[in-house]
Amino acid sequence: MSITAREIPDRLTSSTSKVLRSWELLLLGVAVGIFVLNSLSSPYFLDPWSLSDATFNFTEKALIAFAMALLVISGEIDLSVASIIALVSTAMGAALQLGVGTTELVLIGLTVGLLCGAFNAVLVTVMGLPSIVVTIGTMSLFRGISYIVLGDQAFRGYPADFSFFGQGYVFWVISFEFALFVAFAIFYAVLLHRTNFGRSIFAIGNNPTAALFSGIRVQRVKFILFLLTGLMSGFAAICLTSRLGSTRPSIGIGMELEVVTMVVLGGVNILGGSGSIPGVVIAAFVMGLVTFGLGLLNVPGIVMSIFIGLLLIGVIALPRLVQQLSQRLK
Amino acid sequence: MIMLKKLISVRETLLLGVVVSLALLIATRFPGFIAPGNLANVFNDTSPLIILALGQMIVIVARCIDLSVAANLALTGMIVAMLNTMMPGLPVVVTLTIAVAIGAFLGAINGIFVWKLEIPPIVVTLGTMTIFRGVIFLISDGKWVNAHEMSESFTSFPRMELLGLPALSWIAVLVAIAIWLLVTRTPMGRSFYAAGGNPHAAVYTGIDVGKTQFFAFVISGALAGLTGYLWVARYAVAYVDIAGGFELEVVAACVIGGISIAGGIGTVAGAILGALFLGVIKNALPVINVSPFWQLAISGAAIVVAVTLNARANKTKGRVILKNAEHAQ
Repeated sequence: MSITAREIPDRLTSSTSKVLRSWELLLLGVAVGIFVLNSLSSPYFLDPWSLSDATFNFTEKALIAFAMALLVISGEIDLSVASIIALVSTAMGAALQLGVGTTELVLIGLTVGLLCGAFNAVLVTVMGLPSIVVTIGTMSLFRGISYIVLGDQAFRGYPADFSFFGQGYVFWVISFEFALFVAFAIFYAVLLHRTNFGRSIFAIGNNPTAALFSGIRVQRVKFILFLLTGLMSGFAAICLTSRLGSTRPSIGIGMELEVVTMVVLGGVNILGGSGSIPGVVIAAFVMGLVTFGLGLLNVPGIVMSIFIGLLLIGVIALPRLVQQLSQRLK
Repeated sequence: MIMLKKLISVRETLLLGVVVSLALLIATRFPGFIAPGNLANVFNDTSPLIILALGQMIVIVARCIDLSVAANLALTGMIVAMLNTMMPGLPVVVTLTIAVAIGAFLGAINGIFVWKLEIPPIVVTLGTMTIFRGVIFLISDGKWVNAHEMSESFTSFPRMELLGLPALSWIAVLVAIAIWLLVTRTPMGRSFYAAGGNPHAAVYTGIDVGKTQFFAFVISGALAGLTGYLWVARYAVAYVDIAGGFELEVVAACVIGGISIAGGIGTVAGAILGALFLGVIKNALPVINVSPFWQLAISGAAIVVAVTLNARANKTKGRVILKNAEHAQ
C-alpha cells in the first residue's frame, strides 16, 4: 500500500477536476472504441433492441455502484452488497409464500435492504470497526441466512405485474431498469457534486480528522452512506429477482467484485477522497459493452472475467506506469 | 512490551478455551467427537485452511490483503493435475516443488503490482482472483481432470500415514513451525510487523516497505500453491471452481484469530486457532444434525463477533500501555 504522502493542492477544484476530466475523457474514448469494435465485429450489435438488451448487463450493478462510489470516496467499502441482494430476494420470496402483492413485495425488499445497510452502518460507525472486515463478515452472514431459509430450494411464482421491474419497458426500447439507472445517475451526480452533503463526503475521504474538526458529522455521513448502499442493493435485488423470476440463495453471487470494479474503473480512488458519478456511469457502459460484445462473439463468461480483471488492474496500473516512466526520463 | 505480549497470549488462550469448550460441548451429546481419531480427522480436514491462514496472516500483518489465494490454489492445482496426466511418472517431490514455485510466481505477480506500482492490494488481488480463475478455464478448456487420469502416487501422497497422522496434517504442522520461526526469529519476519504496524517508522529504520509486502505476497502465494496440489490430490479432482469462495474463509480464520486487519498485529497461534475454530464448527454441524447450510451464516456471525471483541481488546490495550509509561517515569 502506498505510504507516500498525498499531495494536497491549495486549490482543490482546479487540479483534481483537471485530472478527473482527463480520466473520464480517456474512459469515454475506451467506451467509444469498444462500441466501434463491437459494431465492426458483429452485425447484430447495432440494433436498437440488442443495444437495449446490452444495458441489462450493467444496470443492476450500476445502481449499487452509484452508492458504493460515495462510500468508497468517504474511505469505506461494502463487500456485502451481493449478499444483501440474496437476503432481500429471499425475504421477498418468503413474503410471497404468505400471499402478499407486488407493492408489499417492493416495500419489503427496500426495507430489508435498508436494514442490512443499517446493520453494517452500526458496526462500522457506532462500534468503530473496519468496514472491510465487517462487510466480509456480513457478506457470509446475509447470504448464510438465505441458505438457511432456502437450502437447495428456490422461491418461484412471482406475480405477473412484478415482472415489470426487470422485464418491462417504459418507452419503446427504454427498459424500466435503464430508466431507473438514468434517474439514479442524475440523483447521485447531484447529491455528490452539487450539495453540501456531497462536499462533506470528499472532505471525509481526504482527511476524516480534519473533516471532524471542521464541523462535519463524520460518523453520521458514513451511516447514511451505508444506508444508501443497502437501499440501492434493495433496488438491484428487486430488478434482478423480477428479471430472473425466481430466488435462489446463490443469486447475484460475486457481484460485489463487479460493482467494486465498476467504481474503481470509473476513476474513484479506492483509498478515498476523489471520484465522480459521470466516471462511474461511463465505466458502467464500458463494462456492459465489453461483456455484451464478447457475448456476441461467443466468448464464455469466465473468459470475460479475465478481461474485467485485466481492465481493473490495467486502468489503475497504466497511469502510474506512465507517471513513473516519465519521472525516470526527467 | 512484556505487558503487551501477555495480553496477546491472553487473547490466544481465550480463543483456545473457546475452541476446546466448543469441542467439549459437542462431546456432551456425542462423545465420539473428541475421540483422538476424530480429532485427528478434524485437524486433517482443517489443514488446508491452516496453511492458507498462516500465509494470509503474514500478508495481513504487513498491512495488505490477499483475496486471490483460492484462485491461486485452484490454478496451481489444475496445472499440476494436468502435468500429472502428461507425465504420470513425475516424483511427488518434483510435483510439490513445482506447485510451490507456481504459487510463489502467482503471488509475486500480486506483490510486484503492490510494490512497484503501489496499487492497493485489495484492488490487485480482486483483479488477479478473477484472472486466475479465467486462466484455469483457458488452459483446461473447462474440462475436469478426474481421479482415473491422475497417477496413484500423485493422489495417495496427502493420505500417506506417518506416526498416525496423514502427510497433509504433517505438512500443516511443518508450515506452522516454519512460519513461526520466520516471524519470530528472522529480520524478515520482524519487518512484516514493522511494515504493517507503522509504515513510516519502518522506512526510517531502513525497511523497504514495498519489498517487504512483496515477499509477504510471495509467501502467501507459495503456500496457496502448495495447498493447491494437496487439495487436488486429496479430492482427486481438478476443475475451474474448486475452493470457490475459500479466500473469505481464510480471511475469516485470520480475523477470528485476532489478526488485526489494520496490520502489525497477529500471531501464528492465532491463525491456527482461528482456522481450527471454523474447522470444528464445520465438522460438528453434521454430527449435531444441523444442516450444512448453516455453516456460512455461522462463520459470518463469528467474524462479526470476533472483530467486535478484538476491537474492544485493542482499545483497553492502548490505555494500559499509557498508564505503565506514566508509572515508569
